Amino acid sequence: MTVLNRRTLIKIGGAAAALPLVGGVAFAQEKVKVAFVLIGTPDDNGWNFGHDTGRKYMLDKIGADKVETTVVTNVAEGPDSERVFRELAQQGHKLIYATSFGYGDYVHKVAKQFPDVKFEWATGNATAPNVSIYNAKFHEGRAVVGTIAGMMTKTNTIAYIGSFPIPEVRMGINAYAIAARKVNPAVKIKVVYVDSWFDPAKEADAARALIDQGVDVITQHTDGPAALQVAEERGIVGGFGQGADMSAFAPKSHLTAIIDNWGPHYVKSVQSILDGTWAEGSVWDGIASGEVEIGKYNEKIPADVVAAAEKVKNDIAAGTLHPFAGPIKDNAGAERVAAGDVIDDGEFWAVDWYAEGVEA
Amino acid sequence: MTLDLAIAIIITLVGASTPILLAALGELVVEKSGVLNLGVEGMMLIGAVITVAVVLVTGNHWLAILCAALAAAAAALIFGFLTLSLSANQVATGLALTILGTGFSALFGQPYTGKAVPLLRSPFPPELAADPVWRVIFGYSPLVYFSLIMVVVIWWFLKKTRAGLILRAVGENDLSAHSIGYPVIGVRYLAVAFGGAMAGIAGSCFPLILTPQWVERLTTGRGWIALALVVFAVWRPFRLLGGAYLFGLVMTLEVYAKAAGGGFRVLPSELWAALPYLATILVLVLISMRRGGSSSAPACLGKPFLPTS
Repeated sequence: MTVLNRRTLIKIGGAAAALPLVGGVAFAQEKVKVAFVLIGTPDDNGWNFGHDTGRKYMLDKIGADKVETTVVTNVAEGPDSERVFRELAQQGHKLIYATSFGYGDYVHKVAKQFPDVKFEWATGNATAPNVSIYNAKFHEGRAVVGTIAGMMTKTNTIAYIGSFPIPEVRMGINAYAIAARKVNPAVKIKVVYVDSWFDPAKEADAARALIDQGVDVITQHTDGPAALQVAEERGIVGGFGQGADMSAFAPKSHLTAIIDNWGPHYVKSVQSILDGTWAEGSVWDGIASGEVEIGKYNEKIPADVVAAAEKVKNDIAAGTLHPFAGPIKDNAGAERVAAGDVIDDGEFWAVDWYAEGVEA
Repeated sequence: MTLDLAIAIIITLVGASTPILLAALGELVVEKSGVLNLGVEGMMLIGAVITVAVVLVTGNHWLAILCAALAAAAAALIFGFLTLSLSANQVATGLALTILGTGFSALFGQPYTGKAVPLLRSPFPPELAADPVWRVIFGYSPLVYFSLIMVVVIWWFLKKTRAGLILRAVGENDLSAHSIGYPVIGVRYLAVAFGGAMAGIAGSCFPLILTPQWVERLTTGRGWIALALVVFAVWRPFRLLGGAYLFGLVMTLEVYAKAAGGGFRVLPSELWAALPYLATILVLVLISMRRGGSSSAPACLGKPFLPTS
């Protein structure tokens, strides 16, 4: 693989554009070039780590003789990303993964100019003939950790450090709150948005602010272990890894982790390029198909809590439990989902309210 | 608000303010000598990554801080060589230093990611900080006390010492200082190296106080806040102290107000985050509106020293 940053990429892009005929001549069967565009770096132990682990898994399964990958790190969501996507397309990448929501507009713009290049936009919300979207039902994992949080909290106050108030984050909060209140109706859920996917100092300060105000279980929807480290330092009940196992940072406080497992999806979609069967589509899998995994349980979690968490996980996988099954009230007391009803995948993205117990 | 919560807020805000204060103090001295070094963010990142590396390898916090200061000062001297000896454009070179620091720290830090760093805790016996009221005085990392001492030291140096007067003279009128025999370039080299060392120590605060780990771009823009703060404080050390704690207070109140929820969430989240910058713009407007009196910025700020021309 090649790891590039934005600047060298642009230089190499210029060189590659000048020599369009060089690539591939030496190969009997040309390797398919696949690119991954990351908002951070694979060493964040979170979101980007998850995608890079998925890439390695895919390379391993499909074989480095058939596929060649390029990783571009630290690509900001914004106009700058458009250049990166265009360079990658010009360099002959057949499939480009845009692994953050904010790349969407630029992916679609570049995709129109390169109809032969396929794009996949993680957590996206619009497709095109050569743009697919893929996502994972992280909220299913939130339901599992919410169950643990609800049962483990001593102060009946748990927290969720969010990045931005977008539907995905809001529904993560709701899944966490609904599951926690199912096992502990007295629990309150405090929410702090840090207005960033990555600002370790601010995430840590948010965790301090929450702990100082009575919170004893924290989960976060940002890309690193900063909040968990504060939990460890303060000795509260604990927190959860996000994206990957983060127990190295908080051995006592890391209760478990929601692990992103993009590998199987990457294998499927790269294989479809090799087979020529790739098609526009939308993939949104969760615990059942292994895209969302629950990590190791900390040994301090009592057996009955582990059993309850495992039951939620297994019931979601089996389809007998829906994280958004009614009755659900919002935090102003109005009933939003009737008993026997659920928030289905289509309605999910339009939810603009918080579940009962959420202070946001 | 309870006393406990007020104390908790103070402790968090002091932690948030300290790296900004240290970096801004260094930059203040640099700018007083007439040099504008926009590479603070990059030097902080170098300091942070060196701190993590040395702590993880040797386990010695003090050695780590020393190495961070030296490494960042070395980076600052590259800037110094280009801008002072070669008279390169200070703004462009400073920005290049930030890019260099970001890249170097990312490369150098790779083996150290994914590892927890032991915090540098209060130097006082834990019994002293057990009571919450005493914790406000005794509960901080040594770097916090160091930053406060440096405010006084730098104020004293600039105001009360002959060397400080020479430094200010070099910053206000380099040709006059040169004509009466002061080594303008030499003074500026020393100031730039000192500014680098302080930025490096500011970088140490991230892994040792705030978030004990290394990850790329750990300082997430605090170096730019430090630069804004120097202007905000109109190049005066005690105003810098007040300004740093004010910026820290705004950043801290933001998360505490959000965590409190309900009526405390009076401002939209984005506005909270923008407040330090809005305050800086406001101060800049106020400074430039002042009539008559001399401009507050050192007169030679950002200009290359060219005695022959």
